[in-house]
Amino acid sequence: MVWKTLKRWYHQLGSPRYFYTFSSTVLPWLTPIALLTLVTGLVWGLAFAPADYQQGNSYRIIFIHVPASSGALMGYMALGVAGLVAVVWRMKMAEVMLKAIAPFGAALAAISLVTGALWGKPTWGTYWQWDARMTSMLILLFMYVGVIALQNVIRDPRQAARAAGLLAMVGVINVVIVKYSVEWVQTLHQGSTLKMFGESTIDPAMKYPLLISMLGLWLLYAANVLIRARSEVMWRERRSKWVGKLVREGNR
Amino acid sequence: MAFDSFADFLAMGRHGFYVWSAYGISALLIIASMVLAVRGQGRVRQTLARQQRREQQFSEVDDESGT
Repeated sequence: MVWKTLKRWYHQLGSPRYFYTFSSTVLPWLTPIALLTLVTGLVWGLAFAPADYQQGNSYRIIFIHVPASSGALMGYMALGVAGLVAVVWRMKMAEVMLKAIAPFGAALAAISLVTGALWGKPTWGTYWQWDARMTSMLILLFMYVGVIALQNVIRDPRQAARAAGLLAMVGVINVVIVKYSVEWVQTLHQGSTLKMFGESTIDPAMKYPLLISMLGLWLLYAANVLIRARSEVMWRERRSKWVGKLVREGNR
Repeated sequence: MAFDSFADFLAMGRHGFYVWSAYGISALLIIASMVLAVRGQGRVRQTLARQQRREQQFSEVDDESGT
């Protein structure tokens, strides 16, 4: 039953035309909800959450730093899956996704690094340290940039997807390194206080605004991916009848 | 509110520079990525619409010359 539903989704969302119609109905809701959620979480975190007893107010950088970092990591996992599907099954929509997921992920990785540095200065006394967490996060940014660059350099879109897909798959190893770098080796970076399983060690007054900003930013990432994927689908299917009709009628 | 006044809020307990530049740069990057995504969509539509018009013109010319 579950398997059948999954299989149907795979085939439906694998069809560029179906994806285009599906995203047309989702986007008008997704984008405003994402923005509203993100702004709520950030305002709560910046103005209403209590100050940290050790760090004072500089800790408020957490409300963008953690959502951006987790978004960049999850985005890369998705990029790896898209890469696998694109390379092994040569599915068109996976190739589209490979192109759509990367830009916002790169922006989030950059945000993670910049906000981390700005948080590190008042807290650790340094903007940067070449330790496991920070170095692997920098590599994540380079992986994103590499995937984007490969797609721009190779002319044939199908060949570009193959190369970018391979790089995306290889880069997944780095995501694992980022995730566990704070547990395996000594680093300046603290361990995670938000736990998916078990009790979080972060105060609830800080946890809720953090979770809300996180949800908001992830939803915004999803919206960004859908918008980019739509343009890519339209361009690739430009010779098809349905795109011709869409352009002629000027529909959204 | 965790702050007594708006000035307090901006000062962030002497860490205002770090907090606000972190949020400023983040907002800039996020907004830029969203704008670029939406613009890309507009560009594809424009290019395709232009192509369609051109093809239409060509077919009209063909009709007039009777070929």
